[in-house]
Amino acid sequence: MQFTEKVMDHFENPRNVGVLEDANAVAEVGSKECGDTTTLYLKIRDNRIVDVRFRTLGCAAAIASSSMATELIKGKTLEEAWALTNTDVVEALGGLPEPKIHCSVLAEGAIREAINNYRRSQGLDPW
Amino acid sequence: MPEDRIRYFDHSATTPTHPDVVAAMLPYFTEHFGNPSSLYGIAEESREAIARARSQVAAAIGATPEEIFFTAGGTESDNWAIKGIAHAHRDRGDHIITTAIEHHAVLHTCAFLEEQGFSVTYLPVDREGRVDPAAVRDAITDHTILVTVMTANNEVGTVQPIREIGAIAREHGIPFHTDAVQAIGNLELDVDEDNIDLLSLSGHKFYGPKGIGALYIKNGTKIANLIHGGGQERGRRAGTENLPGVVGLGAAIERACTDIPAHAARLAGLRDRLLAGIMEGIPDVTLNGHPTERLPGNINLSFGGIDGEALLTLLAMKGICASTGSACSSGSDAPSHVLLAIGTSPQRARASLRLTLGDLTADEDVDYLLALLPGAVEKLRRLSGAGA
Ligand code: FES
Repeated sequence: MQFTEKVMDHFENPRNVGVLEDANAVAEVGSKECGDTTTLYLKIRDNRIVDVRFRTLGCAAAIASSSMATELIKGKTLEEAWALTNTDVVEALGGLPEPKIHCSVLAEGAIREAINNYRRSQGLDPW
Repeated sequence: MPEDRIRYFDHSATTPTHPDVVAAMLPYFTEHFGNPSSLYGIAEESREAIARARSQVAAAIGATPEEIFFTAGGTESDNWAIKGIAHAHRDRGDHIITTAIEHHAVLHTCAFLEEQGFSVTYLPVDREGRVDPAAVRDAITDHTILVTVMTANNEVGTVQPIREIGAIAREHGIPFHTDAVQAIGNLELDVDEDNIDLLSLSGHKFYGPKGIGALYIKNGTKIANLIHGGGQERGRRAGTENLPGVVGLGAAIERACTDIPAHAARLAGLRDRLLAGIMEGIPDVTLNGHPTERLPGNINLSFGGIDGEALLTLLAMKGICASTGSACSSGSDAPSHVLLAIGTSPQRARASLRLTLGDLTADEDVDYLLALLPGAVEKLRRLSGAGA
């Protein structure tokens, strides 16, 4: 499988790995295709993602996508983070081989689910 | 740090053609290029070369030359054996017995025959990947026309009790086919002693060229043709002979089967050292397949808390070629049917690694892998949280 340098970099040196002890939004999502999972931890303050961590059990593309996604949403408002799609993540990685596109969907799903979990915890309706 | 030396642990996928084999083939591209079907002198040389190769293949498995038919490889041999027997024996019945862990060349051929109205029994295997000969006996009905069980499994390396299975088929007068693609050169086979009526083999698994294989068909076996056309291979398999390929297959099988015990002992030694090192250095690993009845160069492992493909990618970055039981990388995300059949959970099946050793594997490659693998697994476990 030919990966771009960006993918290999984020796979080898993933950013924002681990658990956020003081997270106020967490989501765990799994891929129907392959059974792999990602857990995302967000620390949200004043409608902004001030910190983020992730854990992924998945392939190189899934790990790189999670890592890239955490970079992309850090410091963003919830609206901006919600708008991030897996296509944006793939683009930021310089592309993924066709059969690996589904791996990037994990990250998108985790972000949206974490945001909705946060909204629910605030007594708001999920988006 | 870029690693320039390739550490090849994927001999079950394919092997490099041995230089001696290439040397044997070369004149048949240029000097001795005559079409074996022609009438002049250079054609005679081609015919002789084919006859020699046929004898070499026959000798390696205890057959006679007339029982060897050249094909384009293991997949064609499997297709021919199964469809050929099915179609030639349809008047006697429509039932085929095979196992759940066969190669796709066998499984997909059987599925195709099911669409045509044949019925197929897929025998289960035990946790170590073995087929119970008694289950073969129990599955036989008055309509059974073929038993096909692989000699050794390509993923988990388990070796089947084919001699006993063949004996049971023989008692019932049912042809017995075995896909011996992974076994040639690693296990000693004798078609008579092992009660085999049809046997598939493939050149590139034992340091021969790709695109050439053979099917052994025991004298007197009724079988339909798969490839129709000219009268090549005594009217059984049409198409101008792949002359250099045939010569290469002959040279390769003679070389690979000359001293199987010594070859197997070397591989088993490396394998056992590698396996012991992994078990010692990494927690939460299981060996898939049979602990002893396995190919001398095969290790198949499952790790807790990682994805096998991610591990492969990490290893590939360090110059290590291996494979996973998961079909993820080929675009289909279903875990290996073999690992599922031996009772591995889907999650664990996805976290598998197959290391197959062979001529390219040196002692230092084992050291290198042993130095690298624990760290790679730990890195992925930290990422998934399983190592925390
Ligand atoms: S294959 Fe499962 S996430 Fe990539």
